Amino acid sequence: MINQVYRLIAPGMIDVACTTPDIMNKVILRPLYMSICKADQRYYLGNRSKEALKAKLPMALIHECVAEVVSDPTGRFKSGEVVVPVPNTPTEDDDVIVENYRLTSHFRSSGYDGFLSDYVDIDADRLVRLPDGIDLKVASFTELISVATHAISRFDMFSHRRKDAIGIWGDGNVGYITALMLKAIHPDSKLYIFGTVYEKLGYFSFADKTYHVDHVPADLKIDHAFECVGGEASRPAISQIIDHINPMGSIGLMGVSENPIAINTRMVLEKGLNLFGSSRSGVADFQKTVDILHENPDIPNYLENIIGDTVTVRTIEDIHKAFKSDISRNFGKTVIKWEK
Amino acid sequence: MVYAAIFAGGKGSRMGNIDTPKQFLDLASKPVIIHTIEKFYIHSSIDEVIVLCPKPWVAITKDLIKKYLPEGKPVTVIEGGETRNGTLENAVKFIKENRETDDNTIIVTHDAVRPFLTHRIIEENVEAAIKYGACDTVIPATDTIVESEDGSLISSIPNRKHMYQGQTPQSFRLNDLIAVLSSLTEEEKSILTDACKIFTIKNKPVYMVEGEVFNIKITYPYDMKVAATLLKGKDSDD
Repeated sequence: MINQVYRLIAPGMIDVACTTPDIMNKVILRPLYMSICKADQRYYLGNRSKEALKAKLPMALIHECVAEVVSDPTGRFKSGEVVVPVPNTPTEDDDVIVENYRLTSHFRSSGYDGFLSDYVDIDADRLVRLPDGIDLKVASFTELISVATHAISRFDMFSHRRKDAIGIWGDGNVGYITALMLKAIHPDSKLYIFGTVYEKLGYFSFADKTYHVDHVPADLKIDHAFECVGGEASRPAISQIIDHINPMGSIGLMGVSENPIAINTRMVLEKGLNLFGSSRSGVADFQKTVDILHENPDIPNYLENIIGDTVTVRTIEDIHKAFKSDISRNFGKTVIKWEK
Repeated sequence: MVYAAIFAGGKGSRMGNIDTPKQFLDLASKPVIIHTIEKFYIHSSIDEVIVLCPKPWVAITKDLIKKYLPEGKPVTVIEGGETRNGTLENAVKFIKENRETDDNTIIVTHDAVRPFLTHRIIEENVEAAIKYGACDTVIPATDTIVESEDGSLISSIPNRKHMYQGQTPQSFRLNDLIAVLSSLTEEEKSILTDACKIFTIKNKPVYMVEGEVFNIKITYPYDMKVAATLLKGKDSDD
């Protein structure tokens, strides 16, 4: 079959390319809804190094998607079933290193074509069924939610058992979603949110308390924290976490920064802190995420509130409209209804 | 029910010295016709695919389908006609005589030699055929169209703004198509080779579905080269 793939060929330029997926051996999906990630936006705007752009383009963007199964030669999925495709694609087994940290794994929309195409060909083991009743627009960013689920699983692996108070730094999408999932997984912990925009902090109605980073009480203590800030601002965020965290606390680092970030290692040593990184997710995280969304219908309801815009895409021009709409927003998700 | 009728009636006379009809030539390690059938095979709006080809190629086409397509949606191969209208009539006759039909039955007709059509084009053809009774797939003309009645002098140059180039699919409500075809005289049938033109002459509305520039028809050896270029890998886009 000849498939049309919509590739970013240079920042701001998208062109159609043709590929030939193997329908005898691969599951074929038709994307229903997709969501734009900040990482896609960085490629679209050219906010990556020249080397990175040269190495990775041309490439179809988008790694957040919900799709319908068109055909499955393995017989595992029926035509019409709604699934969430996992963008991480391992190329070898490893019983220690999980799939999203293996150096040999491929990731869609990072050096390999993302989901921006008429059809997606994928292996059956990269698919997670979506139960009925979950809003498809919310399901379109399951990948982002699964990144939070993955970070919390790692947090549970590394952190000590006292979890009376947990802080989340960052009032953007990652902070919001991580906070929601943390509340579902650790409902007994007090959840404090630290941000810079009062309007955005207002969305965290489910948290126990929100603070503007300029007005944090000096005696406030937390047992553990997640940094969901990223960029240059992650330096003061990590510094403030170290100031307020109790000894032997764990700090999950989730914000992406292009440049190295300075950390007060003296206090990390003195307090015996545990800093761990977390990035992307794998099939197990997707499955756990879908289960949590299914069992906690309030979470998809909260997540519907952060959908800033839904753009129906029939043409390449519409793809540009979706990315331009997303640029103008500093909070919330841009969802694409795929009719191309 | 929605039937896709793929017209593979060409005998390859325009493809230089190659005897194989162009729809059976390989493109990216598969015959062109298989790429085209696959597009309809996987489209959820299509219930059955009917392939119409020259009699000597019926058995070969069946073998190719068995080789390249998974089992699932029915794909039926029947003999086409001598002309394009004859092939269309064979498709209509086959559906009418062998399948249950009603006023909502749709036929999506498509050239086997246009393997680059997209999901959206098929989707919008089905929607337009249901809504308007007939539709054609077109793209705005980029070149100025010049009309000449004698082949040497220009008789008119129509306003390009109003000109479009016809592609396929062309899709119809089956019963409307039958009514229009049966109203033609034998002479009209030999002149009117385009089903949408027949609808237009009979004052029936034909909706225009937006095609794609790359939905090319592989007619000449040059087209095969263009098609192969379109399918080249990522590296060639650099």
